[in-house]
Amino acid sequence: MMRIRLEPRAEPSRFAGWLSPMVAAVAVVLIGLVLFSLMGRNPWHALYVFFIEPMNTLYDAGELVLKASPIMLCAVGLSIGYRANVWNIGAEGQLIMGAIAGGGVALAFHDSDSRWVLPAMFVVGAAGGMAWAAIPAFLRTRCNTNEILVSLMLVYVASLILSLLVHGAWRDPEGFNFPQSKMFAETALLPILVAGTRLNVGLFIALAAVAAGWLFMQRSLAGFQMRVAGLAPAAASYAGISSSRTVWIGMLAGGACAGLAGVGEVAGPIGQLLPVVSPGYGFAAIIVAFVGRLHPVGIFFASLLMSLLYLGGEAAQMHLALPSSVTGLFQGTLLLFLLATDVFIRFRLRIVRPPTAATAA
Amino acid sequence: MTRLSRRTSLATLTACALALALPASAQPKAGEPLKIGFVYVSPIGDAGWTFQHDTGRKQMEAALGGRVTTKFIENVPEGTDAERVIRDLAATGHHLIFTTSFGYMNPTIKVAQAFPNTKFEHATGYKTSKNVGIYNARFYEGRYLAGIVAGKMSKTGIAGYVAAFPIPEVVMGINAFARGLRSVNPKAEVKVIWVSAWFDPGKESEAANTLISQNADVLTHHTDSTATMQTAEAKKVYAVAYHSDMSKYGPNAQLTAVTHHWGDYYTRVAQSVLDGKWQQDNVWGGIKDGMIKLAPFNKIVPADVQAMVKKAEAEIAAGKLSPFTGPMKDNTGKERLAAGKTITDAELSRMDYYVQGVVGKLPSSK
Repeated sequence: MMRIRLEPRAEPSRFAGWLSPMVAAVAVVLIGLVLFSLMGRNPWHALYVFFIEPMNTLYDAGELVLKASPIMLCAVGLSIGYRANVWNIGAEGQLIMGAIAGGGVALAFHDSDSRWVLPAMFVVGAAGGMAWAAIPAFLRTRCNTNEILVSLMLVYVASLILSLLVHGAWRDPEGFNFPQSKMFAETALLPILVAGTRLNVGLFIALAAVAAGWLFMQRSLAGFQMRVAGLAPAAASYAGISSSRTVWIGMLAGGACAGLAGVGEVAGPIGQLLPVVSPGYGFAAIIVAFVGRLHPVGIFFASLLMSLLYLGGEAAQMHLALPSSVTGLFQGTLLLFLLATDVFIRFRLRIVRPPTAATAA
Repeated sequence: MTRLSRRTSLATLTACALALALPASAQPKAGEPLKIGFVYVSPIGDAGWTFQHDTGRKQMEAALGGRVTTKFIENVPEGTDAERVIRDLAATGHHLIFTTSFGYMNPTIKVAQAFPNTKFEHATGYKTSKNVGIYNARFYEGRYLAGIVAGKMSKTGIAGYVAAFPIPEVVMGINAFARGLRSVNPKAEVKVIWVSAWFDPGKESEAANTLISQNADVLTHHTDSTATMQTAEAKKVYAVAYHSDMSKYGPNAQLTAVTHHWGDYYTRVAQSVLDGKWQQDNVWGGIKDGMIKLAPFNKIVPADVQAMVKKAEAEIAAGKLSPFTGPMKDNTGKERLAAGKTITDAELSRMDYYVQGVVGKLPSSK
């Protein structure tokens, strides 16, 4: 009998690193063809709608980038921690706290004409995200609590705090008691980048974060130490790299980026505080960080892909009348394949034949 | 916002450019069916808010035959994504667009500026513009009737209410229910649990269980799932369903249901667009307009109770009875309506207090 075995490679394969997304793409196209045929749609047209339609016009392209920006920001921040085995799962909560802090500045200076309102929102927003991430960092370094659980649970706390504010103290007095803040003043809104789209200058913040993430991880000593701490914790501590320092850097980087993303949302397309300011960007960023292999450049492309999947799912509903659950299924399949085929980077497939040729088949 | 800033003028320019660039969406061509778009906040499912809107859509399609075609996008989050979806519908030649959730208000208004020839209808909001009409139903009228049934069927005199968020629409439902309840059982009380979610079956059934353990023997809910009904069925207490008839989920528990009906309204609006007679409007329909109905009574509801409710229903429809007619006090004892006075729509839409009979304090009321 023939068996297939997964064997660890001596070192990661560069070839497989390039090959694996290709394999994933082919597999997804095949699955898509079957899935859409079963649903009674022209499968090639369906794939076109999913992957090409959302980039057809200038407005659509703007939407694609607009949606990718917050995911990109969160994922870059998270990847810094993930490289050092610091598992911050709570970017969503840090994003919300950033939106609250930045939005608070916008509301406090609602009547101000100062051009410094917007920068102040981003600074305070980043601080808000960092403060929220500091809680799991502190508990991890002092009490050795699990940062996965603490950061995740704080997501729900953050969303309840936002809810409390928009239902209470920050509720728009003109809003018939509906849970939402005033619309922000012009000075608190991000300027539009391309006329006719919703794309705003928040994109530059995301791109700057990608660049800064790359510089930090690849070119700085602290980044090098983070990577060592992730690859070989024992060696890192032997070399005198402080494990609590890596936890703090990892968590705060994630918190700051998520906080910026939160401000970008409320100062960008939303323009006010609502009970829900993010459709799960902080969680999507976890997948994106891994699809991008925790590398800033990979994350850049992965977040665009994620955004494309969101928009493609909408386009499929609109043009193919596919139910949202089917588009969700297809999106999940694609991400699963992308992550699963990465196994070949570190492992190889080996076909094992038994030594005695007892072929009774 | 009196100052014409660079940003708004830019937006206006863009809007003009878009309007010019999209001649296809300017006017529907004669002879072609009217394309109508619907934006739903949750999956359609088989009961609840969105399900009722979709039922209305189908009814309209059936009524107008080949003269309209419809398209719906389900599960669209409120906020950033909504604007894009609404815009895409407008840009692809949908000349009438229904946006069926409160959180679509600002996005609808924004897109409407860019598509001045497209008609928009937004449910449950309060902002209008030249081409944005709003519509809503007087759900509270049905709540009052539900309160009567609950008051007659409860033995403990305690009703449990699973509610989503303390916005006026939900609060007026609770108050109307309490008024109905007390009209037949002056000592009865309503206990409320807020679950801070429109759709969260886990939390909803947890809340229902808590209410039952606090002696509530009839439940109702202002949330979107069937969890409250299912919990009532399992725990052998009564319940009044909301949005949809849920007798399938609570054959013994469901006394009746306060159900929403949008089909007639959708048909009427689509017809007016077909006739070129659409006008921006603010519609708040109730029992009289057929927007709110009670589902068939469970056979355990005695005939005299059924008759009593039918009578109240007819009186509300005829405008002779309002759930909120004075004397009415809030639950701190403060007078809210003097004897003989009936609440105005403006007062209703800002309701931020509990009436007598509701236990507790409204969260975050200032």
